[in-house]
Amino acid sequence: MFDLDLWREIFQSINMNRTRSLLSGFTVAFAILLFAILFGIANGLQNTFQEAFGTDANNSIIIYPGRTTKANKGLQVGRRIQFKNEDREFIKDTYGDKVQFITSKVNKSVTASFKGEKNDYQLRGIYPEFMFIENNVVKEGRYINQNDINNKAKVVVIGKKVEEELFFKETAIGKYINLSGIQYKVVGVFTDDEGDSEESIIYIPISTIQRVYGNNDLVDFMHLTFNPEMSSAQALAFGMSLENKLKERFDVASSDQRAIRIRNMAQGTQKVDMMTASLSVIILVIGFGTLIAGIVGISNIMIFIVKERTKEIGIRKALGASPRSIVSIILIESIIITAIAGYVGLLVGMGVLELATPVLKDYFIKDPGVSNSLVAGATITLIIAGAIAGYLPAKKASQIKPIVALRDD
Amino acid sequence: MLEIRQLHKSYPIGDSSLHVLKGIDLSVKEGEMVAIMGSSGSGKSTLLNIIGMLDEADQGDYILDGLPIKNLTEKKAAIYRNKFLGFIFQSFNLINYKSALENVALPLYYQGMKRKERLELAMFHLEKVGLADWAKHLPKELSGGQKQRVAIARALAADPKLLLADEPTGALDTKTSHEIMEFIQHLNDEGKTILMVTHEEDIAAMCKRNVRLRDGIIIEDKMVEQVRAQLYV
Ligand SMILES: Nc1ncnc2c1ncn2[C@@H]1O[C@H](COP(=O)(O)OP(=O)(O)O)[C@@H](O)[C@H]1O
Ligand SMILES: [Mg+2]
Repeated sequence: MFDLDLWREIFQSINMNRTRSLLSGFTVAFAILLFAILFGIANGLQNTFQEAFGTDANNSIIIYPGRTTKANKGLQVGRRIQFKNEDREFIKDTYGDKVQFITSKVNKSVTASFKGEKNDYQLRGIYPEFMFIENNVVKEGRYINQNDINNKAKVVVIGKKVEEELFFKETAIGKYINLSGIQYKVVGVFTDDEGDSEESIIYIPISTIQRVYGNNDLVDFMHLTFNPEMSSAQALAFGMSLENKLKERFDVASSDQRAIRIRNMAQGTQKVDMMTASLSVIILVIGFGTLIAGIVGISNIMIFIVKERTKEIGIRKALGASPRSIVSIILIESIIITAIAGYVGLLVGMGVLELATPVLKDYFIKDPGVSNSLVAGATITLIIAGAIAGYLPAKKASQIKPIVALRDD
Repeated sequence: MLEIRQLHKSYPIGDSSLHVLKGIDLSVKEGEMVAIMGSSGSGKSTLLNIIGMLDEADQGDYILDGLPIKNLTEKKAAIYRNKFLGFIFQSFNLINYKSALENVALPLYYQGMKRKERLELAMFHLEKVGLADWAKHLPKELSGGQKQRVAIARALAADPKLLLADEPTGALDTKTSHEIMEFIQHLNDEGKTILMVTHEEDIAAMCKRNVRLRDGIIIEDKMVEQVRAQLYV
């Protein structure tokens, strides 16, 4: 129901009573301005946190084998635990879709050479899933794939640092590098946002490394990511269960701290989550506080406005205005003023943040922006706020008795 | 047109109450021009407001154009006021931020008439009161007499059956009062029923019937020989 005449009435009233409208708008604008700035700063703090924890899949779990420190089931202390390929299958079968990606790993140190260049690197035998666990990004070519695993192919994917050090300006893709006497074809170059050390690595199919170095199915350790939909509590429980299951499988005493160790990122994540959660609560409290202050402010002014307009409302009623049309006028006027003023406040707030960004950087506040979705949310909130703020005064206005309003005194 | 029987009204004053109307019987036919008279505080406005549905009686019957007016919802009252009644007030009661034309068009807005139509009709009524040239002016730019003429145009805009005027000349000088009265007489000549509150004898003499209130009852109700306002202008 779009009633052009109603809007005309309202805009005339706003326009002809500018001081009044500005006055009521100012409260809201100021509240939203404050909110935008505080929100931006909190947001910036959060960004700083997140950056500090990198972008390694933060749902990852690493499983290290070690030596037993406790005798168990007749087995002596000091026994070395050795993972094999089948252990990966065991975990996959046991946990189903609780496991998102899982890879076994075999690490070696190698000397790599290409033409005259030569350097020492870490060589990691992996499954293709490792790309998602480590958040590697393929810069050129491709990553290790299932075919490579099946064929035990002599291919490698090298880090950007490796490429820089061995290949200078040549492209590495398609070239053969020599690792301890064997030639491997370079099929891809990757980057990792964790920096140089993570880019000084050479990846090789796990089946190939097992074949070349000992022709066995032995595994150094395993690395997996759990289903990201798990809460951090669930993830921690999952880690415990995994540890217990593996201890059982390898006849390790459940109290043995060294034989099988699990590093669960969920522990760290939980802390960050708590930080983030408490920040969010603070933001929410601030947001609600300012919003409520704004609503109360505009509501008060609307009540004042209704008082001032009592006579006008009485006249309108005498001329045949229904209570509903009176409610509409006051309510929509309140919504318009709130929405426009709120928007102005938001824009100014965003401008202030924009200007202050370089300064805030020194205080560990990164990109203190206000997002588009927030703006959309704020718009809806403002309209609702305007409606709430206007409702009581509008109701009051509609209950004005024309006889009282029109009395001459 | 209008039937009132045993109408009572009191206002609460602190713990007690003030009995303002103590059983009013009044019947007005179509085309009449009635002056309701009485001293200040005698309940004239109260009676007019009840007739105008701006206020409600405590007791008694009020039938307007065959419709019993009792326990109306706000919404119904708004519709009836808009359809049946035109109001003229002592203090004009124009909306100060609307032009003369827009003020006149307001009742038509509440009738749901389209903007173009209602502005045309409002202009027609402004012309009738001789203020076509002042259509775009705000009330504060008009003299008292002009304001009252805008108010009359507004009261007439919705073509009401009954015109109610509470001391329409109360805030005007004698000369302007007579001009306004001449205009109201003219409307009555055309057939409009008019009910007017006044405490001025010379204004009452310009109506066709005088009803006098005292202490909440009608003490006199007589037809009078209408004095034409034109004679004074
Ligand atoms: N809303 C009200 N509350 C209390 N007393 C009122 C109210 N309206 C009118 N009165 C009182 O009722 C009496 C009649 O008022 P009114 O009808 O306005 O008189 P008139 O118009 O004849 O001067 C006066 O004494 C007035 O003070
Ligand atoms: Mg009076």
